[in-house]
Amino acid sequence: MSDVMIEVKGLRIVAGNANDGMSEIVKGVDFTVKKGEVLALIGESGSGKTTIALSLLGYTRFGCSFAGGSVRVGGTDVLTLDDAGRRALRARKVAYVAQSAAAGFNPARTLMDQVIEPALLHRLMSREAARAKAVELFRALALPAPDSIGDRYPHQVSGGQLQRVMAAMALITDPAVVVFDEPTTALDVTTQIEVLVAFKRVIKEVGATAVYVSHDLAVVAQMADRIVVLNGGEVQECGDVDQVLDAPKHEYTRALLAASAHREGRAGQGRAAAAGAAADVPLLQIRGLAAGYGRIDRHGNPAVCVLDDVNLSIARGSALGVIGESGSGKTTLARVVAGLVERASGDVLFEGKPLAAHLSGRTADQYRRIQLVFQNADTALNPSHTIEDILGRPLAFYKGLRGAAAKRRIGELLDLVKLPASTASRRPSGLSGGQKQRVNLARALAAEPSLILCDEVTSALDTVVGAAILDLLRDLRRELGVSYMFISHDISTVRAICDEVIVLYAGRRVEAGQRKLLDQPPHHPYTGLLVDSVPALKRGWLDAHRHVGAGALPPISVDSGGGELCSFRSRCSARVDGKCNAVAPPLRTLPSGAQILCHRSADELKALQPMRGAA
Amino acid sequence: MNRPAQSSIPHPSTEIYDETAAATAKRARRARRTRLSWFGKIGLALVCFWLLMAVFGPLLAPYKEGALASPFSFANYSTAHPFGTDYLGRDMLSRILIGARYTVGLALGAAVLASGIGTCLGLFAAVSARWVDEAMSRFFDALISIPSKVLALVAIAAFGSSIPMLTMIAAVAYIPGAYRISRSLAVNLMTLEYVLVARARGERLFYIARVEVLPNMIHPVLADFGLRFVFIVLLLSGLSFLGLGVQPPNADWGSLVRENIGGLSQAAPAVLMPSIAIATLTVGMNLLIDSLRRHGGFAQGGQK
Repeated sequence: MSDVMIEVKGLRIVAGNANDGMSEIVKGVDFTVKKGEVLALIGESGSGKTTIALSLLGYTRFGCSFAGGSVRVGGTDVLTLDDAGRRALRARKVAYVAQSAAAGFNPARTLMDQVIEPALLHRLMSREAARAKAVELFRALALPAPDSIGDRYPHQVSGGQLQRVMAAMALITDPAVVVFDEPTTALDVTTQIEVLVAFKRVIKEVGATAVYVSHDLAVVAQMADRIVVLNGGEVQECGDVDQVLDAPKHEYTRALLAASAHREGRAGQGRAAAAGAAADVPLLQIRGLAAGYGRIDRHGNPAVCVLDDVNLSIARGSALGVIGESGSGKTTLARVVAGLVERASGDVLFEGKPLAAHLSGRTADQYRRIQLVFQNADTALNPSHTIEDILGRPLAFYKGLRGAAAKRRIGELLDLVKLPASTASRRPSGLSGGQKQRVNLARALAAEPSLILCDEVTSALDTVVGAAILDLLRDLRRELGVSYMFISHDISTVRAICDEVIVLYAGRRVEAGQRKLLDQPPHHPYTGLLVDSVPALKRGWLDAHRHVGAGALPPISVDSGGGELCSFRSRCSARVDGKCNAVAPPLRTLPSGAQILCHRSADELKALQPMRGAA
Repeated sequence: MNRPAQSSIPHPSTEIYDETAAATAKRARRARRTRLSWFGKIGLALVCFWLLMAVFGPLLAPYKEGALASPFSFANYSTAHPFGTDYLGRDMLSRILIGARYTVGLALGAAVLASGIGTCLGLFAAVSARWVDEAMSRFFDALISIPSKVLALVAIAAFGSSIPMLTMIAAVAYIPGAYRISRSLAVNLMTLEYVLVARARGERLFYIARVEVLPNMIHPVLADFGLRFVFIVLLLSGLSFLGLGVQPPNADWGSLVRENIGGLSQAAPAVLMPSIAIATLTVGMNLLIDSLRRHGGFAQGGQK
């Protein structure tokens, strides 16, 4: 047997059937993977990467079928197998790790039962042997308490842990090939790095051949030996990681790289325009804000407190980035400002005037001047309205524009967000994700707002499309002088567009300062963790950063003080016993001008956070 | 400012997508509208047939209303009386055609009332403050717990039977169900982001209910309307069978069955034919609704 493990030749996959017209999803793809090698399939959504990955298991999604070519895995022609043959193939040769582990597990059974199920189902080993093997894999994947974690149920472990358990399930039968389908896309950066480190190690230990599907070049750069770049179902480029990253041959690869690199570092030029007006009252000022959900108790605190003592201010024409992991309260912050969630305490001042907590207490002008843009353009646009209706409503509502005048303005708005005028008569279902997000933005702009609250506006989009939206936001800011509150979990997008940044952790503002605070230490330990967890677009980054978030933490005893302790102390690598678990952290000002909530001084933090190199 | 590199490549969000995707979407939409299943088509034909009969039945009837056309009661099928004659010797075909307007018309009126009022109240409850929603929901829960037949019997015993009364009773009996369906649909839609955007824009609740929510729930509500129609036909036919529905000399199909029940032992078509009429109307409506539902009728607004 040669050392070629996977050989895909002229693979064509079509969707639909002969009656309704077929469309080709995969148009003649060739690649080979050698034994023990990690190949990455990279491309935007709709590029056919998952479809190709699934074809290695002899599987097509409902409505798709193989139209030609061959897929050989370890000498077996996968496409010609019958049902029994395919079952045997999936038992021993190929395993699959899906994107959403939460949807991949049965919530009613323990993890161990589900992990060993493939081995038992295919009668490959006894129950005891399988259990022992599973524990071994849990250990290799750096899961906490490997001996007992199998007794838990899926909802009792975190998303990142579940993803690793899923990898254990795939590896239990010692497959020759493992297909990873965007396994870290749904995870926070800090979790992603743990999962990537675990995957990389286990692949090496087991010696499996892996196919890694992703849209994120930086992640792929860490995991893969070779990269196949896909676009529209065709291979654009295929080569070693170094060659693809450093000397891309194809124009499309260069565009992808440019879009990724572009997100890092390029600042908004809007600052100059804003400088003139910056002297007077800030556009939005928030002081001591607390908010949450559920019943309000006697002291005015909600049952679930999501935001606690948050302060920020946004100057006219500037952009504030709000960073944090999922669950940190970023979205709630935007909703409080928009009036959709009522605050429990604190002040929100808009141009120096207090903003009513509830929507009904606000003036029409306040409604108009604060606009909200949601993450998911699919649900943010009413599917039964045309784009013209969607954009026409704020025009009629705020300014009484109707008829020809409104039509003209809609044309201008579409032009502003770089959509063709013909879009106006369509419905959202006829638009792509990027187009929908532009309409979403145009609707906010129709009100001619002073402040736009952008809630993860690029998170659901591909790199290239997301970069174009960021460009658009930057241009709009320069041309119209609007301010943004830009909420994101992605540091590089915040860096690309914002002047100032605040970092939220568990509803508290742990750091606030200029954008450059993200570039160099000292940071708040949490900011440091976030910044260090973002994969850089170069090889070997993961090996250099495998300690991030994984190292042993300084021991601290149980909390001794009451009151408001630092919420990050359970994960902090710079914690101090006797301080962090006893006293609330003081507000410090670092030499860079940033404010942090931490017991450590700037010099101590600087010593703990080594200067990063070129990153 | 020099533009970034990626603007030079064809952008998925601008050119490529435009024509082809729009054409496919349009084709898919048209396909969905026309592609009723065979059963759906049969159902549509039956329902249309009976609706036409309700309007034009009296004109098409071969004999005058109430005319004693034959000396024989419970006559069998013949060319003069294709559906036989009833217990007084009246032409059965004419009776059914004339009765169609009572059965179909009454049921349609009551179903429109029930669905219309129920949907409006459900929407209102969904967009209103929580206590309004709670109060309305509990009230309708109480109403829904009364069996519709019992409610009808009590109401008729108290107020007597008349056509407006029957319409009212049928409507009241089926408002709570329509309310529940529309409220649960509307509550789901109210949490979607386009509704939040409208609220943040400062829109009035009436506008949100009418423009943002209602169009996205109209398909399931229409399917529900069809179901209510069928239930009401059966309720009214049942009441008429008990002698509490439409009063003689007028007769809906339920009354026709009851009047001619004596012919059962003689195998008279007079008792069979109105039953078949009821069956075809309800089965036809059900077939139509089922196929509507399968074609995305019950899909949520988000992915329609």
